[in-house]
Amino acid sequence: MKFLKNIVDKLEPTFSEGGKLAKLHSVFDGFKTFLFVPNHTAKSGAHIHDAIDSKRTMITVVLALVPALLFGMWNVGYQHFLAIGQDANFWTQFAFGLLAVLPTLVVSYVVGLGIEFIIAQIKGEEIQEGFLVTGFLIPLIVPVDTPLWMIAVATAFAVIFAKEVFGGTGYNIFNVALVTRAFLFFAYPTAMSGDHVWVRTRDAFWWGAGEPINAFSGATPLGQLATSSESTTILHNIMGNPSSFLDAFLGLIPGSVGETSTLAILLGAILLIVTNIASWKTMLSVFLGGAFMGLIFNIWGPDSAIANLPWYEHLVLGGFAFGAVFMATDPVTSARTETGKWIYGFLIGVMAIVIRVLNPGYPEGMMLAILLMNIFGCLIDYYVVQSNITKRLKRTTIK
Amino acid sequence: MKTIKLKKGLNIEVSGKATLHIAPMSQPEMVAIVPDDFKGITPKVAIKEGDTVKAGSAILFDKHHPELKIVSPVSGTVVEVARGERRKLLYISVKRDIETTYEKFNKIDLNADRQEILNILLETGFSALIRQRPYDVIANPTIFPKAIFVSAFDSAPLAPDYNFILKGQASNVQAGLSVLAKLTEGKVYYSISPDTSAELKNMKDVDINEFIGAHPAGNVGVQINHLNPINKGEVVWTLNIQDVALLGRFANTGIVDLTKTIALAGPEVIEPTYIKTISGTAIAAITNCNIAKGIKVRYINGDVLSGTQTFENGSLSPFANLISVIAEGDTADEFIGWAMPRLNKFSNSNLFATKIIRKLFPKKQFDFDARILGGKRAFIMSGEMEKVFPMDIMPEQLLKAMITKNLDKMEQLGAYEVAPEDFGLCEFVCTSKIELQKIVGDSLDYMRKELE
Repeated sequence: MKFLKNIVDKLEPTFSEGGKLAKLHSVFDGFKTFLFVPNHTAKSGAHIHDAIDSKRTMITVVLALVPALLFGMWNVGYQHFLAIGQDANFWTQFAFGLLAVLPTLVVSYVVGLGIEFIIAQIKGEEIQEGFLVTGFLIPLIVPVDTPLWMIAVATAFAVIFAKEVFGGTGYNIFNVALVTRAFLFFAYPTAMSGDHVWVRTRDAFWWGAGEPINAFSGATPLGQLATSSESTTILHNIMGNPSSFLDAFLGLIPGSVGETSTLAILLGAILLIVTNIASWKTMLSVFLGGAFMGLIFNIWGPDSAIANLPWYEHLVLGGFAFGAVFMATDPVTSARTETGKWIYGFLIGVMAIVIRVLNPGYPEGMMLAILLMNIFGCLIDYYVVQSNITKRLKRTTIK
Repeated sequence: MKTIKLKKGLNIEVSGKATLHIAPMSQPEMVAIVPDDFKGITPKVAIKEGDTVKAGSAILFDKHHPELKIVSPVSGTVVEVARGERRKLLYISVKRDIETTYEKFNKIDLNADRQEILNILLETGFSALIRQRPYDVIANPTIFPKAIFVSAFDSAPLAPDYNFILKGQASNVQAGLSVLAKLTEGKVYYSISPDTSAELKNMKDVDINEFIGAHPAGNVGVQINHLNPINKGEVVWTLNIQDVALLGRFANTGIVDLTKTIALAGPEVIEPTYIKTISGTAIAAITNCNIAKGIKVRYINGDVLSGTQTFENGSLSPFANLISVIAEGDTADEFIGWAMPRLNKFSNSNLFATKIIRKLFPKKQFDFDARILGGKRAFIMSGEMEKVFPMDIMPEQLLKAMITKNLDKMEQLGAYEVAPEDFGLCEFVCTSKIELQKIVGDSLDYMRKELE
């Protein structure tokens, strides 16, 4: 470590003001604080501090996302070889998925972090860690076949217009990763929906090419439900065989890369709850809201396939679980009061199911539900805070 | 007596707690009176260099309330009236006589009228030790408070043990409380903990309440919020319990003897102990070679959460009952701290294994240094401050109102009820390393300027 420290100390003058590379100071500082805990001391107020910092916090969220990413990679390979009718072992499936998903991850990080570095330098600030999580989320919430240039454009748009114009991490109103997805969804709808984007049928890096067999249909379960003309539908997998609740829970269904396996997502959720990084109140209330609304539609809903879908299946299909665990709990864009979190989460669950069932255009409702509630989060907080204010006012008038 | 159990809060076990023992100390020749210690007054000098003063003689007075005096704790000769840039008064140093002589004052007559009693306190300098809320400044002597709060215990890290400091002084504490009871229409709230000793537990003329819970249970701010919260237009006074005892000593004897016992504690103190001294004594004389050698240390007047930094040549603040000494730590380099287990680091979050270790061994102590251990960020995490803030106030929303200088919101969200020290723990746990106490302090000054 001494040796690394010496290098850092040696380079410091070059990157400091007046040095040759002073223009890259923020980047240098970013790497330096990555290697060593900053040794700034308290200038005012408390003289001692908790060892927690935003780096460790963000890394924990990334760790929580790893099961979903790894499973997603394997599932991409699994669905691919299923579609082209080839037998492949576990490692071949995983390797194919890795090759298919990795470029998205790289593009998302390079574009997003690049912009963050530049803006941090312009503002003369430290590089903020928020994008470590955002950049990891983006590949997990898009279909595997999304062209890389679209990801680059959407990421740039979201980082600049959803985050940096507001002031950076901590000031944004909307979840940045979801804005990326929303941008893709509305700007390039053909690449984000339909039956052909969810399963990679072409090759990955000139490997594993094949033709989909005749029975293949790439529709996601929610897609099948939305287009069904009957009042009950038996969900099927991409080969036309029936697909069960367990398949959906484990994640053996087509969908965005990281969203399919509720099990992998729950592993992440456990880490987030145990470390107390994400609010269990928000998570639980999203599921409660979804279950509640699903149940309502089961009983009184219109006689359509999606309304008749048992309420518990809603919770394991599409992006519901992923959104509940990783998106709704984003502390910056969520409600920030404890009471507010219950209401906020519940309404996300309700809205997601309402959009799924009542809107014929979008088979999935989670993204729009969370973005919508991002706006209302502040409003919910406003009323919670107002109740504290009213209580204080009452205290004076009683006397 | 009410018993109030607090669920929120955090005890931070810092190593180097003072052992219950008073170390001998030779009293230094010089003491300093530092006007900056007295928050909220505009100091004017009442003496000249070369004047002789007695213990209890006025040294400073407040420009806006000339009757509010700050007195010399010793008898001797005024050596220096030191001024800095733009003639700002830095300190006044007094060289003490070998034999202390005391200024003569009228004894307090408890049957006298309220203003008369206050006049004596103003004259003897005791009212300069009383703080008021709102704004957390030296009490304005023209407004009598609706209540007075005294906390019989301190829950901060390394806090001095008042059971030990005030052993055998219960009669002084009682006399002081009886004087305070005359100064308010309302009650004097005297808050104890389950650990408060029997002699300090039973006091008359006061409303006794028991607080159970972790720090900040001993902070008057929390006690005010639970017992008799401050509304717009109301004023309460607060006084440290040792200062109550000093006041009581004056009431009993008629002389201003400001000798008090303080703790010298912290990870860098070789033998953490208690010391009998007088405020204004140089820090170097108090620490007196009892500090670890070879590293840069930080001296703190008060506790590590809300005390003020001082230096070897600084002096003991009249408001401090503790000198904490921790390592500065600015040369420490921790390799990839965001990924390492860091089993020697304290955290209230669940991101460190030490949380489990602390559950198993709640008394395990940690060495702290003055590093903030992270980069400064905007507010990101929510709910972490609320866990250590046992008041009916929303800390984050109040702080945001303060940052945006929104006076209406500050008032509505309870700014009148708080002091910077109430946010000490919030600042400690803040992931974004925001300087919360500075924000609160600056905002209270701003509020006072705009509203008074």
